[in-house]
Amino acid sequence: MAITVPRPKLTWFERLYLPAIVAGMAITLQHFKNMLLGRTKVTMQYPEQKWDAQLPEHYRGAPALVKDEAGRIRCVACQLCEFICPPRAIKIEPGEIPVKDRFSKVEKYPREFDIDMIRCIFCGMCEEVCPEQAIFLRKDYAITGLTRAEMVHNKEKLLEIGGIMHGVVLKWNEKK
Amino acid sequence: MAEGPPSVNVQIDGVWHQFPKGTRVIEACAQLGVYIPRYCYHPKLSSPGNCRMCLIEMGLPRMGPDRKFELGADGKPVINWMPRPQICCAQDVAEGIGVRTSSPLVEECRRGVMEFLLINHPLDCPICDQAGECRLQEFSVEYGRADSRFLENKVKKPKRVQIGPRVTLDDERCILCSRCIRFCQEIAKDDVLGFTERGGHTLLTAHPDKPLENNYSLNTVDICPVGALTSSHFRFEMRVWFLKETKSICTSCATGCNTIIGSREDVIYRQTPRENVAVNSVWMCDYGRLNFEYLTSPERLLEPEIFSGNKLQPSDWKTVISHTALQLRHFTGWDIAIVASGRMTNEELWLTARLAQQLNVSLIDIVPRKGEGDDILLSQDRNPNTNGAKIILGLEGKTGANLEAIAASVAEGRIKALVVLGEDPTQFGITVEQLKKLPSFITMNILRSAATAHATAVLPSAAYAEKRGSMITGLGRLQRLNRAVRPPGQAREDWEILRDLLQEVTGSNGLGSIEDVFRQMAESIPPLGGLSLSKIGDLGVKVMATPENSTTPLPPGEPADEEIFERPLVHAPK
Repeated sequence: MAITVPRPKLTWFERLYLPAIVAGMAITLQHFKNMLLGRTKVTMQYPEQKWDAQLPEHYRGAPALVKDEAGRIRCVACQLCEFICPPRAIKIEPGEIPVKDRFSKVEKYPREFDIDMIRCIFCGMCEEVCPEQAIFLRKDYAITGLTRAEMVHNKEKLLEIGGIMHGVVLKWNEKK
Repeated sequence: MAEGPPSVNVQIDGVWHQFPKGTRVIEACAQLGVYIPRYCYHPKLSSPGNCRMCLIEMGLPRMGPDRKFELGADGKPVINWMPRPQICCAQDVAEGIGVRTSSPLVEECRRGVMEFLLINHPLDCPICDQAGECRLQEFSVEYGRADSRFLENKVKKPKRVQIGPRVTLDDERCILCSRCIRFCQEIAKDDVLGFTERGGHTLLTAHPDKPLENNYSLNTVDICPVGALTSSHFRFEMRVWFLKETKSICTSCATGCNTIIGSREDVIYRQTPRENVAVNSVWMCDYGRLNFEYLTSPERLLEPEIFSGNKLQPSDWKTVISHTALQLRHFTGWDIAIVASGRMTNEELWLTARLAQQLNVSLIDIVPRKGEGDDILLSQDRNPNTNGAKIILGLEGKTGANLEAIAASVAEGRIKALVVLGEDPTQFGITVEQLKKLPSFITMNILRSAATAHATAVLPSAAYAEKRGSMITGLGRLQRLNRAVRPPGQAREDWEILRDLLQEVTGSNGLGSIEDVFRQMAESIPPLGGLSLSKIGDLGVKVMATPENSTTPLPPGEPADEEIFERPLVHAPK
């Protein structure tokens, strides 16, 4: 079934068209004038110039693992991020913390933790799903490498990006 | 049909139903699709009624002075509802009783019980192996609170306790349902677990001198509704939600326990029992459950190899199959002996029998495999398919009767070509020196051994979880294997190798899929007549009477009699 699209009724002034063309031209000339006077900035010269200082608080860059104030890797290898990750970029190999260790109460830690940054889509689901506040999206965005292997962030690299996180919930205290 | 127990009328959620006498109320509700939350109740164990999660409202029929039920306007008994809730796991159905499974009182009770159970529970789901299949998680979604009203410190209990060689205990997670204790008393007959201390400090403990080390200990892990008992083998290996579950059977003895194989990306992480009342009830022994490590052994044969240029060298399947067939055709039937295996599936055995028939081989046998059995599930016969081998290869009486003759003929040099499928010839009296002298020694196997180094053709095959097929248990039940993972390297499913070999010897045989093999086999083997791989189903079909010398125990606490499948008289036209 065809749908009849009603055409707007134009007044005789609108049907002249010339006033509209003149108005449009005026805007273009205004821009031209601003450009000649150097009032418009169109292009930022990346990578010589960077916008890092202005990155918004909610910016989602590379995911990274964090340690808490006590120096413990907060991840307990529950593998929920591996499960939720839409492009399946995360690969975790869980391990057991020995009984004699300082953090033996936590029992489990990631022996290996790889994020394939070629696959990562910076969606932030890993951060959202993490029950341990262990993975956060940081503001690093220029992730480059010459080989595929270089683009896989292993546990050391992820901890290096992540650093220490202050003010997170400490749920594995001895008293709890 | 045998007369069952008489039926009684029960009102559940306002509707009258009939159930056989002796049905538990919790089971009657389950039959109507109403799942009552429960922790301590397990259908195969006694009901202590100690978790209080299955509380329901119940009422008895009102009696008149004449000791008869008072009938309401609808002609049904009027029910006097009890003011307090009752547990339904220890209550049998009775004439005229009424049950309400979801009233405000019941919901409130369940919320209260959940809150009590979680008082001392450590909220360590991220590191708990039970997460994902934990009853506590499931019911707290329905009846739990978002926050805790409990301000005191939680009770500290021992964690990471090895209560046996295969079981790890976390007492803080335990909700004291006593399922594991009852399992050890009633099924495993090894009463080593118990509660010590009192009140909130109650602990599940193993006897100080007797660890939980019986061959059924891992069943306690299966029935533990929370993560208190976990398998030391599976501990922290993989989260359960990643596991692909494949229905299969255990091939470690003639019992053929039904299993679920949990695998992820071609690696098997665990095996758990699957309910089949005619075979294994809901249990499984530890020996069979953990017997899958060899699938990832570094000794796995990964490439087909052929003897050429004075040494064994890897080649492609096509070359190896045609060279193997050439070796076999070089000799007459009298020069060849075939040793098959009781671990092979019916389809593989049938193709072996066809090959033997084509080559005119009469010396054929399987290797018997005996071990210690028990009267719970484990058979003395450790071959999963002895009965299939007997029927299909036409072996009469004891298996392994021809092995001595074969070994003697090899020693005398009368046998020129020895075909060994899935077995190691050094295990039945043939020395490595004798193997070296054989003009042709063809072996199809999973693992490399001293013998495979002296073969003239090595055919790498698939293990039980890497192939499809069927087997007949010690009790004469036809069951189905399913493929959970892919064979490693270039290893192939055994039936494909045998099919190709048979094709090379005879020409085309029209066997494209394993269904074709089963169909042709069912035509020639009477007990399998009228069946197909899909008709076997997940629970198997009893195809023959239990042999008199069977060492397979009946499943604990289950009825034994079952009718033998007979070929239907009417067939669909072809």
